[in-house]
Amino acid sequence: MSNRLVHWFKFASPQSFYPLAGKMIPWFWALTAVFGVAGLWLSFFVAPTDATQGEGYRIIFVHVPTSWMSMFIYLVMAAWAGLGLALNTRLSGMMASALAPTGALMAFLSLWTGAFWGKPMWGTWWVWDARLTSELILFFLYLGFIALQAAIDDPRRADRAGAILALVGVVNVPIIYFSVQWWNTLHQGASVSVNKAPAMAQTMLWGMLLMALCFWMYSIAVALMRVRAIILEREAHTEWVKDLAEVKR
Amino acid sequence: MKARHKRTAIIVGGLAAIGIAAALVLNALNSNIALYVTPSEVAAGKAPKGAAFRIGGLVKEGSVKRTDLTVNFIITDTAQDIPVAYTGILPDLFKEGKGAVVQGKLGADGLFTASEVLAKHDENYMPPEAKHSVDQAQKNQNPQGAKP
Repeated sequence: MSNRLVHWFKFASPQSFYPLAGKMIPWFWALTAVFGVAGLWLSFFVAPTDATQGEGYRIIFVHVPTSWMSMFIYLVMAAWAGLGLALNTRLSGMMASALAPTGALMAFLSLWTGAFWGKPMWGTWWVWDARLTSELILFFLYLGFIALQAAIDDPRRADRAGAILALVGVVNVPIIYFSVQWWNTLHQGASVSVNKAPAMAQTMLWGMLLMALCFWMYSIAVALMRVRAIILEREAHTEWVKDLAEVKR
Repeated sequence: MKARHKRTAIIVGGLAAIGIAAALVLNALNSNIALYVTPSEVAAGKAPKGAAFRIGGLVKEGSVKRTDLTVNFIITDTAQDIPVAYTGILPDLFKEGKGAVVQGKLGADGLFTASEVLAKHDENYMPPEAKHSVDQAQKNQNPQGAKP
């Protein structure tokens, strides 16, 4: 095993990751604020009115970032879960558990803002098309993951059970993403994708990307805060936790 | 070391199996997942008979006629036309030449009586000035005003 690999594995131990996460959290909050202010300013004051949808389209600046994050967080959560299953590292399971509530929040916001957008534009809050239904399934996968882990008392067993659910659910993510290409849906196709030029005015696109970065940084910040709480809870019996300044106080 | 590799292989194999299973199921369900059928599919007899279903397409230019609260229009995929009658409130984005999804039943006379009309918009977002110049450019290419 090379030196570099050993170096990285050092942070797979909760004891060394706990202070590292503590140091990173303020930076991610700062980035959240910077991207949030810039993104909201572009979204509300710079981006032009849309020709078809008027001002109502501006919900895109929350809807698209939360939808992206709901899918991306699921992939990251499943990757941590898979890593934990394969390598038996404790921190991986903790990271997966820490990400789940934020992912569920993003999926919920995506559905909620989508409903608010659908009513004035399409004429309905909800329709059972492939895009909306698969995103709803994603939301339920998050809830199922959280519920399953909460139902099992032994944390290591809870991690393993959750990991299997998370990995099975991964199949849903490409279905959400490609649903608008594979089937007839009410939801329109992607405005931004890797293989074509964005179908949006420049400032609109920048507003949306900055908001996506804002939600991304926020997700990292809260996931790190949550993982620190989980570490304290699960390692409460260890000497290093008992020696922590914030625990002694 | 060995156990770790074995577990990784099981996970990768499991994911592949689930992926293949999902692909097969979705393939088999293909027509049921689609939200709507196109007018051409209706003409080919692929629409359910006697049951409510959805048709998606464009609202034909010049076809919208209002009488009291009832709206008559033609939904088209440019190859086939289907006349639609609907009584109720239309969404704001419902417009001639734009996308719509109608839910209802097809009568024996070929008239589709809709109980719900939804507007379908595209993925393009642009300011009104840009939209105007795009429309102008299309008109110059296509002097008859026929939309592709």
